[in-house]
Amino acid sequence: MKTRIPITLLIAALLFFAGYAALFIAPDEATMHQIQRIFYFHLSSWMAMFTALSLAFIANVAWLVTRQPKWDWLGVSSVEVGVVSCTAGLITGVLWGRPAWGIWWTWDARLTTCFILWLLYISYLILRGLIEEPQRRATLSAVFGIFAFLDAPLVYVSNRLWRTQHPSPVIFGGQDSGLDPTMGKVLMICMAAMLGVAILVLIDRYRLERLRHELDELRLAADFRAANSNSAVTKGAL
Amino acid sequence: MSNFHFLLTAWIAVWAVFFGYELSIASRIARLREEVDRLKQQLREG
Repeated sequence: MKTRIPITLLIAALLFFAGYAALFIAPDEATMHQIQRIFYFHLSSWMAMFTALSLAFIANVAWLVTRQPKWDWLGVSSVEVGVVSCTAGLITGVLWGRPAWGIWWTWDARLTTCFILWLLYISYLILRGLIEEPQRRATLSAVFGIFAFLDAPLVYVSNRLWRTQHPSPVIFGGQDSGLDPTMGKVLMICMAAMLGVAILVLIDRYRLERLRHELDELRLAADFRAANSNSAVTKGAL
Repeated sequence: MSNFHFLLTAWIAVWAVFFGYELSIASRIARLREEVDRLKQQLREG
């Protein structure tokens, strides 16, 4: 906890600098001009989402193998952070699409697979809320989480496999892709800032899940003690 | 400059989503911490 404040301040400074760099240092793009600057936090949101959901996938597999509660806590925490990042990515995409394409939304392969991914993980969170028994909840949600993750690589390759309204990838997109060097540096700073925020939020979310577990155990102990004292009173009366 | 409001809205939306989520976590942690402390106290007192 002692390192929490300096790390938070460092990420806040990085965040401030990333915002400044995206708005004022990155060069103007030739066709879209100002609105292209959404790219820096749009792509960063997706990168944070892929990182969080990959972590959730690892945690889900680890739970099924080891049955240690920490993997279940990490799984649900990562999924929530992934859903939040996905929501940010979808909102920025919609707000970029309107001025760039003239439409808010289209059902092309990239946008549709993203939306399905978001729906799948929302379902994961709803599923967890419906199951009371902790072991069963962890196992079913881990299995569902692994199934949901199958859509993540599909999102990544969708605009490589199919012709889409969404532009072709600018990074790892083949010979005709690439970024201006300054744009690339600004993107790296924005990604680092967004990833920093996602990690901080993930740590807090994990703490929350651990606290829930502690509370459940305390409630059990309190119930057990109450039941024992009741049976002692009954025996005394007999 | 005509599209600047989209850029500004996207910028605000991203951070509103993240900070709103962080605030919700912080409030849930505070509530649970209170409950944990209350139960611990109750168990100590027997």
